[in-house]
Amino acid sequence: MNWITNYVRPRINSIFSRREVPENLWSKCDECGTMLFHRELSNNLNVCTSCGHHMAITPRDRFRALFDGGLFSEVSVPEPLADPLQFRDQKKYPDRMKAAQKQTGEKEAMLVASGEIGRTPIVAAAQDFSFMGGSMGMYVGNAIIAAAEEAVKLKLPLILFSAAGGARMQEGILSLMQMPRTTVAVQMLKEAGLPYIVVLTHPTTGGVTASYAMLGDVQIAEPNALICFAGPRVIEQTIREKLPEGFQRAEYLLDHGMLDRVTPRTQMREELITITRMLMGLTPAIKGDLPAPGELSGDTADEAQTPTSDAPGNSGDASRG
Amino acid sequence: MTNYLDFEKPLAEIEGKAEELRAMARQNEEMDIEDEARALDRKAHALLQDLYKSLTPWRKCQVARHPERPHCRDYIEALFSEYTPLAGDRNFADDHAVMGGLARFDDQPVMVIGHEKGNDTKSRIERNFGMARPEGYRKAVRLMDMADRFGLPVVTLVDTPGAYPGKGAEERGQSEAIARATEKCLALRVPLVSVIIGEGGSGGAVAFATANRVAMLEHSVYSVISPEGCASILWKDAEKMREAAEALRLTAQDLHKLGVADRVIPEPLGGAHRDTTATITAVGEAIGAMLAEMSGLSAKKLLSDRRRKYLDIGSKGLAA
Ligand SMILES: [Zn+2]
Repeated sequence: MNWITNYVRPRINSIFSRREVPENLWSKCDECGTMLFHRELSNNLNVCTSCGHHMAITPRDRFRALFDGGLFSEVSVPEPLADPLQFRDQKKYPDRMKAAQKQTGEKEAMLVASGEIGRTPIVAAAQDFSFMGGSMGMYVGNAIIAAAEEAVKLKLPLILFSAAGGARMQEGILSLMQMPRTTVAVQMLKEAGLPYIVVLTHPTTGGVTASYAMLGDVQIAEPNALICFAGPRVIEQTIREKLPEGFQRAEYLLDHGMLDRVTPRTQMREELITITRMLMGLTPAIKGDLPAPGELSGDTADEAQTPTSDAPGNSGDASRG
Repeated sequence: MTNYLDFEKPLAEIEGKAEELRAMARQNEEMDIEDEARALDRKAHALLQDLYKSLTPWRKCQVARHPERPHCRDYIEALFSEYTPLAGDRNFADDHAVMGGLARFDDQPVMVIGHEKGNDTKSRIERNFGMARPEGYRKAVRLMDMADRFGLPVVTLVDTPGAYPGKGAEERGQSEAIARATEKCLALRVPLVSVIIGEGGSGGAVAFATANRVAMLEHSVYSVISPEGCASILWKDAEKMREAAEALRLTAQDLHKLGVADRVIPEPLGGAHRDTTATITAVGEAIGAMLAEMSGLSAKKLLSDRRRKYLDIGSKGLAA
């Protein structure tokens, strides 16, 4: 990949879309209640430094931490018809969309990007639970197809981070049709002999789990992520009994043979580098945070000598992972 | 007729009256009631026509779920010969919510697979009301794979409220089983034709209906979620199922416009259950026509056409 041409735009992207956060902001871990200094929490990828609880992370923040130097280029996604069914519940679907866009600053519930992790070129797609519950509609389907096509075109592995309450009900049957559509995308990768790695994050449920999120060559989950087809409440109503502790959580699925691994977010990057490099037949990885590829050979020679430099969006913590 | 739907109440009264008159006449030969009974028949017929002229989406859901509607077993018995059921997923169990096996359709050997809901309390429980567990999808994958290797077309009959939401089903990988079944549908090098005969409930239906050609009976439905489920989530009130059914666009007519259903099979007046023979015959004709459309196509073409069909779905909205 030519990183010189891909350098400027993504760099601008990642500088300007960075959300401004007051320096003195604290947030509370919703698991253990510990007050966490914002910078400390974001440096730790939204994983509680006290109890290890994994809080939600946006696709953009995840990619900044995932890709070398925090740099990636977005893969464009074909725009589907807006509101194809003219769906209306208590609110109109376009109004719900506008609210979600305003709240998240994103266009839709999935972000697709290409870039390098540990000098390993990949395509990545990440679902955004904060955007209408990450729900799968035409856009998410188009995003996964675009991601697979990009990976096939560039002969790269695809790493997909799932997070969704399920299908986008406001797109009715068209949301259901994303199950076969995304399955076609997975088949494109398999036929091209390219790795497809799924990282299941909290929560991954419904039609998403029952399609692309369960078809990976390697299935990894973040700790304690809820992963299911039918949600626990629906099951309790059906069978009228209490479900066991940890039911449908990542560790439970691992025990029941449905996953390969459960890996903390802070170790995920290194693990993904290791796995993709082996599947792609590459030499062992250079470990640790790496600057953006462009920075090695350009006008930023001083940064190139300090691989732990705080590039835009990078945590800058060499001990991470 | 023993089962009337709530919106058919006035019809039940008229048909009941006609039936009563005829019963009285059988007791007392001197009574001449035939004119009156026939008038009631005509009234009932007109009312039936009126009721079914434009069923609302929610009423279609009710008709699609009618307990006397012909089910998978009825179609297999009537339309296929030498049906030889094949059981089990070779891993855990045989799921009775899914039936399937080798059979002949118009003398041609095929693999037929479908959801069976059962038709009385005992068989409904045994069939788990047509809600499959992972074993059901894995059995289907096994049968589809066999069909693929021996070059047999696959016919699926879809009639399920959805995949079973149970503890064991989840532990044994309900999601993975559904995903693999959909994947297998998309990997077949033989024709796959599907008919939604009643309810096409969410992922449980997709697992069988990702076909080259999909037909839907006139009053069948196919949806991402039940209207009741959608209402309780979006309206926070399960009683708003009429509104939800409307919004979801789950009727055969809307799905035909959206390109999800390739054809709509007309039902007899008053729904499939009022004339099961005519319904089954019409479904048989549709299966024959869809298989004929596939005949002579290469494995590559069958595969690529099926994938293209799904990639293209959604590119035009309802307006087109
Ligand atoms: Zn904590």
